[in-house]
Amino acid sequence: MDLAIHTEKLARVYKLRDAKKEQPRELVALRNINLDVRRGELFGLLGPNGAGKTTLIKILTTLLSPSSGVAHVAGYDVAKEPEKVRPRINMVSGGESSGYGLLTVRENLWMFAQFYGIPSKLANQRIKELLDVVQLGDRANTKSSDLSTGLRQKMNIVRGFLTDPDVLFLDEPTLGLDVEASLDVRKFVRSWVDDNPDRTLLLTTHYMVEADELCDRVAIINGGQVLACDTPANLKRQLQRDVIYRMEVSPLNGLQPEALEALGGVRKVSHEAKDGASVLELILAEDDALGHVVNTLTGKDIHILNLQKREPSLEDVFVNLVGHSMTEAESASDG
Amino acid sequence: MQATQPIEKRAAERGVSGRTFRAAAWLGWQIEANWTDPVIFFIYSVIKPLSGAAILVVMYSVITNANFEDPMFAYIYLGNAFYIYVAAVLTGVSWTVIDDREIYRMLKYIYIAPVHVPVYLLGRGFAKFAFGSLAVFITIVVGVFFLNLPLDLSLVNWPLFIVSLTMGIVMLAMMGLVLGSVMLLIVNNANFMGEAVAGALYLFSGAIFPLTVLPAWLQPVGYIAPISYWLELIRRALVGNIAQSFPTFAQFSNGQLLAILAGLTLLFTVLGFVVFRYCDHQARERGYIDRVTNF
Ligand SMILES: Nc1ncnc2c1ncn2[C@@H]1O[C@H](COP(=O)(O)OP(=O)(O)OP(=O)(O)O)[C@@H](O)[C@H]1O
Ligand SMILES: [Mg+2]
Repeated sequence: MDLAIHTEKLARVYKLRDAKKEQPRELVALRNINLDVRRGELFGLLGPNGAGKTTLIKILTTLLSPSSGVAHVAGYDVAKEPEKVRPRINMVSGGESSGYGLLTVRENLWMFAQFYGIPSKLANQRIKELLDVVQLGDRANTKSSDLSTGLRQKMNIVRGFLTDPDVLFLDEPTLGLDVEASLDVRKFVRSWVDDNPDRTLLLTTHYMVEADELCDRVAIINGGQVLACDTPANLKRQLQRDVIYRMEVSPLNGLQPEALEALGGVRKVSHEAKDGASVLELILAEDDALGHVVNTLTGKDIHILNLQKREPSLEDVFVNLVGHSMTEAESASDG
Repeated sequence: MQATQPIEKRAAERGVSGRTFRAAAWLGWQIEANWTDPVIFFIYSVIKPLSGAAILVVMYSVITNANFEDPMFAYIYLGNAFYIYVAAVLTGVSWTVIDDREIYRMLKYIYIAPVHVPVYLLGRGFAKFAFGSLAVFITIVVGVFFLNLPLDLSLVNWPLFIVSLTMGIVMLAMMGLVLGSVMLLIVNNANFMGEAVAGALYLFSGAIFPLTVLPAWLQPVGYIAPISYWLELIRRALVGNIAQSFPTFAQFSNGQLLAILAGLTLLFTVLGFVVFRYCDHQARERGYIDRVTNF
């Protein structure tokens, strides 16, 4: 097997130095990550805020040292041979506004091409093509300080592809982009990987659709651990025998959603409040279990407003693995 | 499990230092010279160094009753003019770390590119050097034409001047690399740090006053300060007779001073790369390369 990324028992601990406390507190951001990404793959890391996605990318791009374990990218150890890894990779982080504001868009990009030893002529040609892809062609001569955050991000994305890396890392590339721009970027990401079997792309996201529709394989990551890693179709197939219902009900009157999980045949329940109503996602081992749920709800005087049966999605896979939905995981980590 | 296969050598692995320096110097120059407003450009590049010199001249004339014929004047004036390089090169190299990390937020992208980061920092400093030269030149020209600065081009020891200037600039750049490397590890109060260092060097480098006017207990600091040897050489090269009328370094010959400067330059070059290696390692360890503090 020809691997573009390979990690073994990769771990990272951050030391948090509190001004008041003497002893630094430790935060485990990644624990024993074993991950293999094949050359030519479009690989997705899916996980809620704080899952460790950015930390993993930083290690793989030689920005951050692992605390233990090893990581290889494009055949080289990121900790021992960063100077071998760097010519072969590039990285773009979404949701930030970076760039030399005094330089124009074209100048910013041209300079980076210089850092990678790309001849000016080739660089200018690629810059033109890539700017057109993200519809920034007409702003090539604008100073980057005059661009909006989203437009700067487009420039940043172009910088990533410009150097034609063997392995490209995109950390939430579509964060902060409008719907149309996100679609353009996703489409380009897909075709970039498909155009050349030597190209590998790893992206992180917390958009389920992005992972589901775009990626060849997805690793679901939470709390610094890889919980599952497979093609989106295979991940969902694990749930194929299960039945999934989306149920909109009146407020829960103090009923704990977990109480429903105790019922026979109910595997997982996630809950979300929405416009004064409650939305329950039910993963059931068999159809019959729905009767138990309905009985329990009506017993508590809760009305069923809407009920849909549907195909399993990656979101369900996530709920099944983690025990709650992605949005619940995120609001928990915010607090 | 089989490890990943190395991918063939890339163009990006050849000629790294050269292109890093060129592109960094280009960027530095754009940042320095890219003033859209010519008035601001003029103020920045001409008025600012001159006003620095003017303050000094006013102070001097109050203390000495406007005795501009005293050799002390040339000593102070030239020291001040060439001190512009200290600010430009030393902070130019080191400050790039802070600017790129905190303001442009590009340090991480530079860092993961196939460049030599120390060479990148030096390239950025080179642009500051070129720009600073303009200020030094203007300051000296004004001194000669308006303040009777006794500078006679036919008496200048050009070889000594060029050799000392070059070595001094390299030394300043390497001191900047040491400072810049340390900056990698300072994610709070980096502002304070740079100014403290520059301020201390200014006081103790014999830029303004001959070291002999410092209290006796402070003079040793001046002899340690590497910049004072360089400034002494520059003064001797430009206005030899006058510079030698001060006893500060009288016991040293030009050759001895040059040897000391060469030794210091070498020392800081080695130190620069060693300290960078250490700090670079530490910064990766602690995750500081892309840390933004908003100070
Ligand atoms: N520099 C740092 N110092 C201390 N802790 C950190 C640092 N960077 C990240 N962490 C912590 O490590 C954990 C993982 O963070 P990371 O940024 O990798 O998550 P993420 O999956 O990228 O999240 P998000 O979706 O919000 O970007 C979090 O708990 C975070 O608070
Ligand atoms: Mg992140």
